[in-house]
Amino acid sequence: MELTETEREMLQGQHGPAAADALGLVVRFAEAVGATRLLPCASAHVDGCLYHGQASLDFVERFEVLGGRVKVPTTLNVGSVDLIHPELFIGDPALGAAGKRLMEAHVELGCTPSFTCAPYQTLLRPRFGEQLAWAESNAIVFANSVIGARTNRYGDFIDLACALAGRVPDYGLHRSANRRAGVTVELAGCADAGPDQAGGIAVAVGLFIGKHCGDTIAAITGLPACTSEDDLKALGAAAASSGSVAMFHAVGLTPEAPDLDTATGGRQVPVAARLGPAEIADILARLGTVPDGAPLTAVALGTPHFSLAEFGRLMPLLDLAPFAVPVYINTGRHEWERLLADGRAAALEAAGVTVVVDTCTYVTSIIRDLSGAVMTNSGKWAYYAPGNLDVDVAFGTLADTMRSARAGRVVRA
Amino acid sequence: MSARSLVHGRVAGPVFRLDDPLSIWGGFDSSNGRVIDRFHPQHGACLSGAILFMERGRGSSSGASVLAEAIRLGTAPAAIILLEDDAIIATGALVAQMLYSIDCPVAAIGDRTEWLRLSALPRIDIDAGPVAVRIIEAA
Repeated sequence: MELTETEREMLQGQHGPAAADALGLVVRFAEAVGATRLLPCASAHVDGCLYHGQASLDFVERFEVLGGRVKVPTTLNVGSVDLIHPELFIGDPALGAAGKRLMEAHVELGCTPSFTCAPYQTLLRPRFGEQLAWAESNAIVFANSVIGARTNRYGDFIDLACALAGRVPDYGLHRSANRRAGVTVELAGCADAGPDQAGGIAVAVGLFIGKHCGDTIAAITGLPACTSEDDLKALGAAAASSGSVAMFHAVGLTPEAPDLDTATGGRQVPVAARLGPAEIADILARLGTVPDGAPLTAVALGTPHFSLAEFGRLMPLLDLAPFAVPVYINTGRHEWERLLADGRAAALEAAGVTVVVDTCTYVTSIIRDLSGAVMTNSGKWAYYAPGNLDVDVAFGTLADTMRSARAGRVVRA
Repeated sequence: MSARSLVHGRVAGPVFRLDDPLSIWGGFDSSNGRVIDRFHPQHGACLSGAILFMERGRGSSSGASVLAEAIRLGTAPAAIILLEDDAIIATGALVAQMLYSIDCPVAAIGDRTEWLRLSALPRIDIDAGPVAVRIIEAA
């Protein structure tokens, strides 16, 4: 391992015991992945706020005792409880208390109390080419693919260690040569789809590349012309749920893929699949566990956390109120503050919509009635919730979920 | 032998080979050391105290937290011998070593024939040091 003079001093404790321990862990991790040097990182996103047992808390509290402070801007992923609306948590109180303590301990280390899986929306937007130490699978894909910043799939412990040391190991997606597409996925007959359909197409393509492309980067061609940043967010989140995807290229849409040649680095790469509307519909149909017409007990939106633009698309659909079943929307507390300020929070409340911040309805006990199916427009929620919550799920576009919320059963346009 | 030491330590114990890689998060219960992935061929097996042979890591990075918690609780394998390097498993064992001073050595063998030969032994003694890994059949 080649270390700089500063890094050697840090390891020897000249920057304090917390930085020394953190860097020691980063160096051992770097050795395990075969890196030979470290890079300064511009920011970190830490996914350590979900409580997995006493060890989660012991790790953070150790650095707290040692007087640790993060060396770079560091945002926090969701925790186990909504600290702003704690009454929404209906799980084991001891678990809730430990989860809350874990969230607070991270803030003591200088992390921003963001508690969002989408810090790139309103809070801390990385710049193109920046080296990052980011955790949370959807945020990793988004940073690499949609922004063109560079991070590997960091996670528990090592994300915080990188933040406390201000360094990441130089390997994998930090290096240009490893960011090129190795396969293509060609869409046909989708280019003219409307905004509501574009969301579903993005989820289907994401699920497909997660399942079939593994850690080979896919270059996707033929996405709808109206594909939005939120659709790319949904694509990445679905891909990182069904497989270990850390990056994709959407040709003509994402910054490292102005054209196919640039995305592949000029190499000839195999076509992984050609998908048309029939294949897309089939992938989405297999995502649900109940047929159309099935009764619902809730609608869950905002996985990853809803953006302000998504709230913008949702607001006209509130005209469908009253809703027969509860509608839950996860978002970040920074988005929530904007909604409070511009009056949209009041409109959502008046329509009976529950906005959840700091956490997410698929990782914790929030949704009160899980006796029927839950409908979502999120590929990630649909992928994980049946296992995490033991619930049936229906997938639909945003408009379909709201129509179904009104009807109390799965209906589509 | 091309074995690399990912986490240092010395321990002896019975060998247990996993037929498929296991996601530690969601696939392993830190409260009792058992395989809880319903689709894993060794579902229900107890890994506590074993020298665990697993080809490679799998699944969520939260596996590092679950492994560290299992090491704290004493339900973890005594050592993990991989074929390929795995950063998630190494991180969990490194953090437990840092927090609790409990060693769960982790080594990557690199050579499949050698990995298979070692995994067929009933008991082994592993000494994963900073310079070299020494693995011998134990009495």
